[in-house]
Amino acid sequence: MTLDVSNYPQLLTALLPELVLSAWALILLLVVAWRHGTARDLRLAGWLTLVALATAAGAAWWLWWQSAHAAGISTMIAVDDFRFVADWIFLGGALLTVLFSMRYLEREGLLAPEYYVLLVFATIGMMLMGGGEDLMVIFLGLELMSICLYALAGFNRRSPRAAEAGLKYFLLGAFASAFLLYGIALVYGATGTTNLSLIGVQVVSLELQHAPLLLLGVALLLIGFGFKVAAVPFHMWAPDVYDGSPTPVAGYMATAVKAAAFAALFRVVGEAFGPVGAWREIVAGLAITTMVAGNLIALAQRSLKRMLAYSSVAHAGYLLVAVATGVAAGSAAFVFYLVAYSLTTLAAFALLAAKGRGGESDVQIDDLAGLAAQRPWLAFALSVCMLSLLGFPGTAGFIGKWYILVAAMSTGQGWLAALLVLTSVVSAGYYLPVVMAMYMQPAVSTEAHAEVCLDGFGRVAMAVAVAGLLFFGVAPNRLLDLSKTSATVQRGAAAGAIAAPTFSPGH
Amino acid sequence: MLLGPSLAVSAVLFTIGVTGVLVRRNAIVIFMCVELMLNAVNLTFVAFAQRLGVAGQIFVFFVMAVAAAEAAVGLAIILAIYRHRETVDLGNINLLKG
Repeated sequence: MTLDVSNYPQLLTALLPELVLSAWALILLLVVAWRHGTARDLRLAGWLTLVALATAAGAAWWLWWQSAHAAGISTMIAVDDFRFVADWIFLGGALLTVLFSMRYLEREGLLAPEYYVLLVFATIGMMLMGGGEDLMVIFLGLELMSICLYALAGFNRRSPRAAEAGLKYFLLGAFASAFLLYGIALVYGATGTTNLSLIGVQVVSLELQHAPLLLLGVALLLIGFGFKVAAVPFHMWAPDVYDGSPTPVAGYMATAVKAAAFAALFRVVGEAFGPVGAWREIVAGLAITTMVAGNLIALAQRSLKRMLAYSSVAHAGYLLVAVATGVAAGSAAFVFYLVAYSLTTLAAFALLAAKGRGGESDVQIDDLAGLAAQRPWLAFALSVCMLSLLGFPGTAGFIGKWYILVAAMSTGQGWLAALLVLTSVVSAGYYLPVVMAMYMQPAVSTEAHAEVCLDGFGRVAMAVAVAGLLFFGVAPNRLLDLSKTSATVQRGAAAGAIAAPTFSPGH
Repeated sequence: MLLGPSLAVSAVLFTIGVTGVLVRRNAIVIFMCVELMLNAVNLTFVAFAQRLGVAGQIFVFFVMAVAAAEAAVGLAIILAIYRHRETVDLGNINLLKG
């Protein structure tokens, strides 16, 4: 199906997933305004959110099924498989988060159904980021997402830790947005447009590869994205914010939010700055510092929540390796890794939420001792998550890392690949103690894990996540095919944009 | 017209904003410095818009709307932390670290 986005009804068709979700968000806002305060209202809002996310995913699936693509250069929103696959990742992440939140909110006494409204609006922002074809759309999506998340981070108003997390996230998030915006302004000044494909064309036709204004703009953009994906040295906020936020929100931030920032980063460097070589070295440098520092600091953590936070920083480094290999080689690996990482990390945070009470900030790794004897299934699920994060063969995390390595080797960045392997070995030093504590240490008492349990929704979501990790670990082909089609479409778009015959990467 | 000076002024404003965020410890002042950075960007957009067409001026409206939304949420968060700690000084807000 070819969509002419200058034609109004067809533009609406192209925007269908976002429109469906926006309509649901407004309905949800109205419902929440009237039904407010009891646990029953909270469950109602949760159910409506599940329906909303599922219909939006259905709309994205319908567009994908029709193999929708834009006629000519799309103006504001991309219509390609990369966008639809990214939408599924965000919607799937939000869906799992809702399932894990249902009981958590009641247990922690957070009886405010606005939680779900904010979650849905944040997801719309992510979809705009993943699909934005214009720097301004990406910025607006980013802000829609971030503003909702500032509120979600500080959602537990009774907790001073949550307020502090909200404040830190807000100040650094706004700081990062200003960098990103200044970068957009300078790129706009250098090329005269904010459309990604047109920037790519202008860079080549005006020979701006070494123009200081453009390079400064690219650098500022990368700083802004670096903050959002929590790349070292812009990661300081991440562990503190994850630590203080409600645990399902922390899981959502570590997965869907990171995925959205990465999807936008990938599209921006791929489509707009392909001819500007400088970003590649910056991203490679960020990848190195992030992998090394993230893994080393994670080694020193005793709190499970902070360990997971630093682990998510380290994984941002692996994803940056995929970005550094560029659109042509890296994008299938990138999409696959993003799916595997999101499933794993969401499940790990959900298990942490099941174990802890009162924000989970005090759950130490040693507190898991003897979990396998008393809660064998939860221990099994957490072990699968840890092994997948480590990249153990037989899990989706292994296949994801494998494809990033292949991509890095095929573009001659062997040293990045070597560092990825080495830092993954280091990461065994903090993932395996979790498994060892659960299986090899005796429980402190027979009642040590009496309170640990997931509710029905949580169990279903956990089963789906763990089954997905194991399934993609041994039979990755379906997901890989999907990743590859999304890659070819995007590559096609990028190649079309820089098809000017004068272009050669060297000059 | 005056493109160079306008860009220079906005770069200076942006730098003042960044410096303020990095050296000041009061949450409200830091937030004001972030707003200063955003307004420096607005000036850049308007300056480029003289040469590049009206799009740059339209972006300014988006940025203003976003900044207003951010201010609403941000001030609410600062208020929440003041209720807990009776201070908005970041030096005293240190429950989360490690």
